[in-house]
Amino acid sequence: MDDPLKRAMAPRKNVRSVLLVALALVVLAVLPQLADMFEQPALVSLATRIIILAIAAASLNLALGYCGLVSFGHAAWYGVGGYVVGILYNHYVSGDPLFGLPLGTDQMLITLPVAILVSGLFAAVFGALSLRTSGVQFIMITLAFAQMIFFFFVALKAYGGDDGLIVRRRNSLPLIDTRDGATFYWICLVIAIAWFALLRRIVASRFGAVLAGVRQSERRMAAIGISTYRYKLAVFVISGMGAGLAGALMANHARFVSPDMLHWTQSGEFMIMVILGGAGTLLGPAAGAAVLILLESQLAAFTEHWQVILGPLLVLMILFTRGGLSGLWKLLRGGSNG
Amino acid sequence: MVEPLLRVQRLFKRFGGVSATDDLSLDVLPGEIHALIGPNGAGKTTFIGQLMGEIRPDAGAIHFDGADIGGFSTPKRVRAGIARTFQITQLLSDQTALDNVALAVQAGQGHSFRFLKRAAEDSSLRAPAREYLNAAGLGARADVLVCELSHGEHKQLELAVALATRPRLLLLDEPMAGLGASESRAMVAALKRMKGSVSILLVEHDMDAVFALADRISVLVYGRIIASGAPADIQADAQVRAAYLGEGES
Amino acid sequence: MSLLMEQALNGVQLGVTLFLLAAGLTLIFGIMGVINLAHGSLYMIGAYAMAAVAAKTGSFLLAFPAGLAAAGIAGVLMEYLVVRRLYARDHLDQVLATFGLILFFNQLTTILFGRQPLFVEIPDFLEGSVMIGGIVRYPVYRLAMIAVGLATAIGLYVLIARTRLGMLIRAGATNREMVRALGVDIRLLYTLLFGVGAMLAGLAGVMAGPILSVQVGMGEQVLILTFVVVVIGGIGSVRGAFIGALAVGMVDTMLRAYLPGVLRQLMAGPDADALAAGLSAMGVYMLMAIVLLVKPQGLAPAHG
Repeated sequence: MDDPLKRAMAPRKNVRSVLLVALALVVLAVLPQLADMFEQPALVSLATRIIILAIAAASLNLALGYCGLVSFGHAAWYGVGGYVVGILYNHYVSGDPLFGLPLGTDQMLITLPVAILVSGLFAAVFGALSLRTSGVQFIMITLAFAQMIFFFFVALKAYGGDDGLIVRRRNSLPLIDTRDGATFYWICLVIAIAWFALLRRIVASRFGAVLAGVRQSERRMAAIGISTYRYKLAVFVISGMGAGLAGALMANHARFVSPDMLHWTQSGEFMIMVILGGAGTLLGPAAGAAVLILLESQLAAFTEHWQVILGPLLVLMILFTRGGLSGLWKLLRGGSNG
Repeated sequence: MVEPLLRVQRLFKRFGGVSATDDLSLDVLPGEIHALIGPNGAGKTTFIGQLMGEIRPDAGAIHFDGADIGGFSTPKRVRAGIARTFQITQLLSDQTALDNVALAVQAGQGHSFRFLKRAAEDSSLRAPAREYLNAAGLGARADVLVCELSHGEHKQLELAVALATRPRLLLLDEPMAGLGASESRAMVAALKRMKGSVSILLVEHDMDAVFALADRISVLVYGRIIASGAPADIQADAQVRAAYLGEGES
Repeated sequence: MSLLMEQALNGVQLGVTLFLLAAGLTLIFGIMGVINLAHGSLYMIGAYAMAAVAAKTGSFLLAFPAGLAAAGIAGVLMEYLVVRRLYARDHLDQVLATFGLILFFNQLTTILFGRQPLFVEIPDFLEGSVMIGGIVRYPVYRLAMIAVGLATAIGLYVLIARTRLGMLIRAGATNREMVRALGVDIRLLYTLLFGVGAMLAGLAGVMAGPILSVQVGMGEQVLILTFVVVVIGGIGSVRGAFIGALAVGMVDTMLRAYLPGVLRQLMAGPDADALAAGLSAMGVYMLMAIVLLVKPQGLAPAHG
């Protein structure tokens, strides 16, 4: 009977979250100036990193949080995106042909879309195979295929193998100087906002409704006449494309790509970001990325063996807070009340 | 003689050493309600699973509207016009009743590769969905989350979702199970309103409901049909009384 | 001929190592429904404990049981403190929590033993090699590994198929309530079983110690291969784990042995070697892909 009351409260809550998001956007937009003001030059680079990883985590969240596909191999698509930038740049500098054609480039307007497409292609091939299974096999298979792609890049001696590739200069854009740290930060911020806006549309669409259905009951989906495989494959590919976009940006940010980008621990970190922030929520993965990266950098400043602290923290979080940070928040509030 | 809408011939299914379906033949005529009764463990739910293609039979043929659908996947059978409800409800629990039905409406409108338009404001989904909810007697609870609905309302929602696929044949798996007296009456009334417009195979334990609704009754015991006929004949059948009805009353 | 024979034995030896890991992993999953990423850490713990005791005492006969015991104890503690709370959770929670355990164990091992790999001597009484069938000389130690692995496989089979404990294990996998009704403390049963799985992993680590370098990260490399084994064999099935482990061991070994030679006939030496190394590393994953295409449930699935 409290439905009308709840409904009356809902708009106010919406207004509040809109205001919060707007405030966060304003702060993010002027972050480079703030960093100048407080003389924290490293902050811009750290924030760029967080934004890029937030794109990757949000992409994983589309498959994992919204559709229930627990992919343990998203670092592969992220790494492939990075390598596209690295390899195109490499050919641009050396002038050597790629597939017999003069395809090298350092133009971001070309490299980013190509990275997205190539990662999507990889995700399509391996997703088509992996999605023949479900549940725990799917987790294992995505992990194993990602490891296979990892070994592929390790063996790719022409592009550095183990040592990776250096991207000496960031990809360029017409009229904009991407070499400036603050400028590159803004580029990443704008791309991230666009990507999150697109994700927001997708999850509210008919396609998104099918994703939510698949997550909750595949049996029900079949019983209303929906063949789920193609939708799962589609979301896996979109999700891989987003991870590839993030990888391409990271290659520009770090000016370096190596098989480490595809390491299985990177896949694990993306999953942690999603769960930490709240799976199946739009902005959760961004919060998760920020918290995890800040936590890592704080712990790393404290001891080089920070993982010995992070590991148990993670275990405790999973065991005692359902739903990551919001679960923790509830736990703390519940604790102080009672 | 009218062509049956559903014709099942000599269906067999064994799990390990146990026969779940043993030489089962049955048909459902257009517009009729055919009730399938039998003790627990008789293989009724397994039978529905085989009709839907969720379980593969070991042998036998299933024809729907003249076509052999034995090789069809579940979604393809649904698109051909068969729908089921689940005894243990399979609903999307994080969403509202209306969302559940709207998704079934959406499934009937072709592919769902539409990425940008908001589904929640799509009247071509929401308006028909409300009508199916009304037909199942759940119109007033459209915007309530499934996890907050009662058991009886879950059953009604199962029915609304199945209707939203616009079936010609409805397979109802114990729609009255666990309902209170008034909820049962509402469900019987809802099914009566549909009678004639859709054929129904009704699996049910509630004999009052069965005799109130069914045109024909078949009795399933240990995977075999032991009797089939008009309600009055079934009531009179000594074998049925011994095997089933007698037990049910004791 | 003798090279082929030797490589085949190497394949079997890698296969039984993988089987020891896969059997524990798949049993724990099949019965308790838990996917344990830290299974590889138990392998690492077994290897490190063995290496440490061997270095201190110089005695393999002490080091061997020490490694087993360390892995077993670590496994029981892991179950008691963490994994027990994950039985009712979804796979995602299990993956992330045990991922946290890996970070912890790897870093702790780095703190205790440093980043340099440890090397363990093969014990004197297993030194040298023997002639097999007049065809090939093969190291005694590796033969012993094969023997121990096969003996364990047989032992596991007998345990599961023939004993009361095995009956409980099989019953516990399908019907927990029934086992509880028999008056069995299912929590204790699970803890014991987890300990057994841990000791199997530890055994693999202990045996691998003298032929591999003992280092941080060894657990995860082998864990991912173990996943491949389990997927190929069919999850939850010990028989499948055995088939999958031998297949993976054999394919991996043969590719590494013969692919460079094949490729060198097609291209320049260094290029061929680099490509062969890459393809060999990818080979078992290709095998997994092929199996998936043909039989998505694996070669010998647990039920049906």
